[in-house]
Amino acid sequence: MIRFEPRGHIPPILRLFAPIAAMAAALLLSALPLAAAGAPILRAFWLMAAGAAGSVFAIAETLTRATPLIFTGLAAAIAFRARLFNIGLEGQLYAGALAAVVVGSGLIDGPPALLVPLILAAAALAGALLMLGPALLKMRLGVDEVVTTLLLNFVVLLFVQMMLEGALKDPMGGGWPQSEPILDAGMLPPLVERMRLHAGFLLALLSSLLTHVLMAQTVLGLKIRAVGENPAAARFAGIGVTRVTIVVALISGGLAGLAGASEVAGLKGYLTADLSRGFGYAGIVVAMVAGLQPLAVVPAAIFIAGVFVGADTMSRTIGVSNYIADLIVALALLCVLVGGLFMRFRIRWS
Amino acid sequence: MLEGLFDILLSSSFWAAAIRIATPLMFGVLGALICERAGVLNLGIEGIFTAGAMAGWLAVYLGADLWTGLLAAAATGAAFGLIHALLTVPLGLSQHVTGIGVTLLATSLAYFTYRVYLPNVATPPRITPFQPVAIPGLSDLPFLGPALFQQTPLTYLALALFALAALVLYRTPLGLAIRAVGENPAAVGAQGLSVHGLRIGAVVVGSAVMALGGAFLTMAAFNAFFFEMTNGRGWICIALTVFASWRPGKALLGALLFGAFDAFQLRLQHRLGGVVPGQVFLMLPYLLSIAALIAVSRGADYPKALMVPYFKGQR
Amino acid sequence: MTLALSIEGVTKRFGTLVANDRIDLALHRGEILALLGENGAGKTTLMNVLFGHYVADEGSIRVAGPDGALASLPPGSPHAALGAGIGMVHQHFALAESLTVLQNVVLGTRPLSAPHLGLRAARAKLERLMGESGLHVRLNARIANLSVGEKQRVEILKVLYRDARILILDEPTAVLTPQEADGLFATLRRLAASGLAVIFISHKLGEVLAVADRVAVLRGGRKVSDQPIAGVDRRMLATLMVGREIGVSRRTLREPGPPLLVLDQVSMRLPSGRAGLDGVSLTVRGGEIVGIAGVSGNGQAALAALIAGMAEASAGSVTLAGKPLRASPRAAIEAGIARIPEDRHAEGIVGPLSVAENLALESLDSPEVQRLGFLRFDRLRERASQAIAAYDIRCPGPEAPIRLLSGGNIQKVILARVLERDPRLILANQPTRGLDVGAAAEVHRRLLEARMNNVGIVLISEDLDELLALCDRIAVMVKGRLTAPEPVETLTLERLGLLMAGHREEEAA
Repeated sequence: MIRFEPRGHIPPILRLFAPIAAMAAALLLSALPLAAAGAPILRAFWLMAAGAAGSVFAIAETLTRATPLIFTGLAAAIAFRARLFNIGLEGQLYAGALAAVVVGSGLIDGPPALLVPLILAAAALAGALLMLGPALLKMRLGVDEVVTTLLLNFVVLLFVQMMLEGALKDPMGGGWPQSEPILDAGMLPPLVERMRLHAGFLLALLSSLLTHVLMAQTVLGLKIRAVGENPAAARFAGIGVTRVTIVVALISGGLAGLAGASEVAGLKGYLTADLSRGFGYAGIVVAMVAGLQPLAVVPAAIFIAGVFVGADTMSRTIGVSNYIADLIVALALLCVLVGGLFMRFRIRWS
Repeated sequence: MLEGLFDILLSSSFWAAAIRIATPLMFGVLGALICERAGVLNLGIEGIFTAGAMAGWLAVYLGADLWTGLLAAAATGAAFGLIHALLTVPLGLSQHVTGIGVTLLATSLAYFTYRVYLPNVATPPRITPFQPVAIPGLSDLPFLGPALFQQTPLTYLALALFALAALVLYRTPLGLAIRAVGENPAAVGAQGLSVHGLRIGAVVVGSAVMALGGAFLTMAAFNAFFFEMTNGRGWICIALTVFASWRPGKALLGALLFGAFDAFQLRLQHRLGGVVPGQVFLMLPYLLSIAALIAVSRGADYPKALMVPYFKGQR
Repeated sequence: MTLALSIEGVTKRFGTLVANDRIDLALHRGEILALLGENGAGKTTLMNVLFGHYVADEGSIRVAGPDGALASLPPGSPHAALGAGIGMVHQHFALAESLTVLQNVVLGTRPLSAPHLGLRAARAKLERLMGESGLHVRLNARIANLSVGEKQRVEILKVLYRDARILILDEPTAVLTPQEADGLFATLRRLAASGLAVIFISHKLGEVLAVADRVAVLRGGRKVSDQPIAGVDRRMLATLMVGREIGVSRRTLREPGPPLLVLDQVSMRLPSGRAGLDGVSLTVRGGEIVGIAGVSGNGQAALAALIAGMAEASAGSVTLAGKPLRASPRAAIEAGIARIPEDRHAEGIVGPLSVAENLALESLDSPEVQRLGFLRFDRLRERASQAIAAYDIRCPGPEAPIRLLSGGNIQKVILARVLERDPRLILANQPTRGLDVGAAAEVHRRLLEARMNNVGIVLISEDLDELLALCDRIAVMVKGRLTAPEPVETLTLERLGLLMAGHREEEAA
């Protein structure tokens, strides 16, 4: 019989070790499908590592890929902390991207210097507003936010497709469903010459820091933690649970919206319906790997981004499908859940 | 115009399509209902749909007959169900997050496996699917015959599973135990039954049923496997389960209504295709699901121990 | 006398805590054995070991079969315990609320592979058992629609239905009126006379003396006494149970102040069908303790929610010192109401947060603990250190997660949190439930001290002894209605019981 005994105190080393061990376990488990696909396992892992971090270019690519994941990871982390299961990050990302191209592609006139802040604000607002509905439904009517946010992902993506084939379609796009490009003044500048890494990454780092300060240092952060850990007690103590949850929903949706803005205004320059390769869902994994700690979101996002970038390289070289990356990410989520259990409890057999 | 709409509703071909479209949802909503009646929310459903679709199709593509393919789909669903159950029942991990993890895992494993067998194929190869079988006698009934009794065997299987599930849930000791374990696991534990055993069993069986819904897509509807073919059907089933207040009869009705609505919007799309963008129609099922959740939110009579883990000796 | 059960040298440890220390216990057929002890003495742990919820670290258990021969009981299996004829009625009922009485009784009694429920035979057997035991319930009623007393009958019927030879009841009278408890005792004696062996777990001396043939006393995980009831008295048992003489807090007489909290014809409807409030009027003055007695589930929760600002009245008025009280927790706190919640784990604290953060939970928007929205950690720590010293809170420090603390210390944190705000009114809802005698005495001392400082106090409790010891006046809640408070000097236990059972006030007089 298995028994779980809660640990009184979790040693910091274990907090650090548990997610790392979980990632190692996820990589080990992914050797099984790799082997089943007939891939040389050690070489495959080596190629992945090299593809993710083997050169300055590789590292820049990984950080570029990590940028949207930091935003969505933060969005998931802060929402989950308040026990608000925002699984609609993918939709909020697209809403943000849509708002970014609407504001940034010349539809609105304004001083060029203000264009970048305007794009970011519009994207954050769009993402936040999209999350407001599910949050209100949860708090007012008790409708499970997981299902509503999941369903809204499909609605938003269809809406984006509709816009790209209609009102927002680029007449110069050669018939492809894509938006008009963002004006040069609205683009986030690149950080390194001849690389794709852009200022959005710095923005992501700043967001991580600010979210950390919010959670750890402020009254609102304490209220969020109280609401997430025990909503009944929070309410009893006079904390406005609905208000705090709504604020969290807005922040979370806003962060996911920023991910969309950063992708279109930092990387692609225009919007297509395949802008995100599951960054919304991967953000959930990032948040869980980070133990919902805003500062830890950054390394977690870089690791997950490395898996994606490395898998692309490996896939090109030895012809194994790069869906192995999605597989590793899924395994990472399940392993980190189990790892968290080992961290919080002593497991005893009797 | 309005007359045209009535014509749609009165044609038996429309209802035949409605039932066809409803079939995967029937499997999905029944699977979700079995899991949730035992107190476990299984958000792995979307991935289990995909994996079931892929496994059934692949087995047939590799030479198995259709029923063996169906079995492969069910076994795949059961396997992912077991993962979800082991993590959420004895280990008590968050059912929300674990379910999302199982969906990600099942989906990516399905896609990866597909690419292992067909690395560079752009057009997915087709299989010979289940064919409609006319039930002798019944299929000649006016209106009802062509609508209900000229379906594929999978539709009949779905209906039979609903009847079986209702019978087991409400008429047998096993069903009583499953309902009780979703209401108050301590009551079940105190009577000497294994709470964990019941819950794990229900999730495994429910997941196998879900996978059949995915298999319908590749083995009776589209005849091939496409990426993202599940398209949120699993999530819709979760919403339908809430809408049905976790009752098999209402769940069947909900799936059928949903199928009818979907068939209706497809026909509407045909007629209004030039005027209204197609995406508007495609959005409707998702928006309808949300609307259904809102409609029942006040009176939802959910299993009291849904998403509440149970540990021995704890009350 | 034939032995029905023999517990031999059972030891159970949780980490460093020894919950059961080499306990021996024998139980005979037809005997009612009272297991007496304070909260935390190890009674429930021992019974959980017996019933297979826990596995003992040492020792063994042997149970007599139908033929009287003792066989050892496999550890860790409730299934085996049930099979050996042991039935247990838990303090918190193990019933599925949405199912019927009949369904709850037959649950798990037939193999899961059986094709049908066999309800007809089950019904016949239950009718017979109800006739024999005098425990009557409507078999087709949903559990959710039963009263607490009826639910308890269902629990006992569940045990009898399985032909149990040993019946264990864990604190069965906590939810009953004194009269209902007397009825239960009569039933138990009848069952014992027919050969059933009964273990009766309690911490109430009076009922142990009233019902048991023999009493075993547990203290700190050890059995400290085991003797026939004939040879003991109340005082002896109290000393054995607590291990020392207890100084009882005594009220000093004083004139109460002006009216503070006034409820005028307040009604509240609850959507769930549980008892709300029905035209409740109550006046609480500064410097007095008004007790609210009643069988649980008669509207006390609604009354507490109302005063705590957690729920809104649908009719009537609530005023504090003449000002209408808005229905919000925030408003209640700011109006000067100190609220001690019924379930301190569910509503009182946020487990993973630190002691310091939990202490500040009601004051988060005051400049005391924040500046421009940022927490002042130095102030949080300082306040916590003061509270820890003043209230003698045993904890590793202000930064420790509060979930690590014992129930008594958690209650002290809550007391410190609400009393530090210099309240005008205290709402204490079951403030000593589950606390050991020392911690309970500390809570009583604090309440009496507040009374001397002109604070008005509403004390909701199921412990009638506590109410009679502390209160100036006591009112009784029955089905959402409140009787007029009566001075404690003129009240007796018997009269309280009659009022709780719903006899009208003049009848009860």
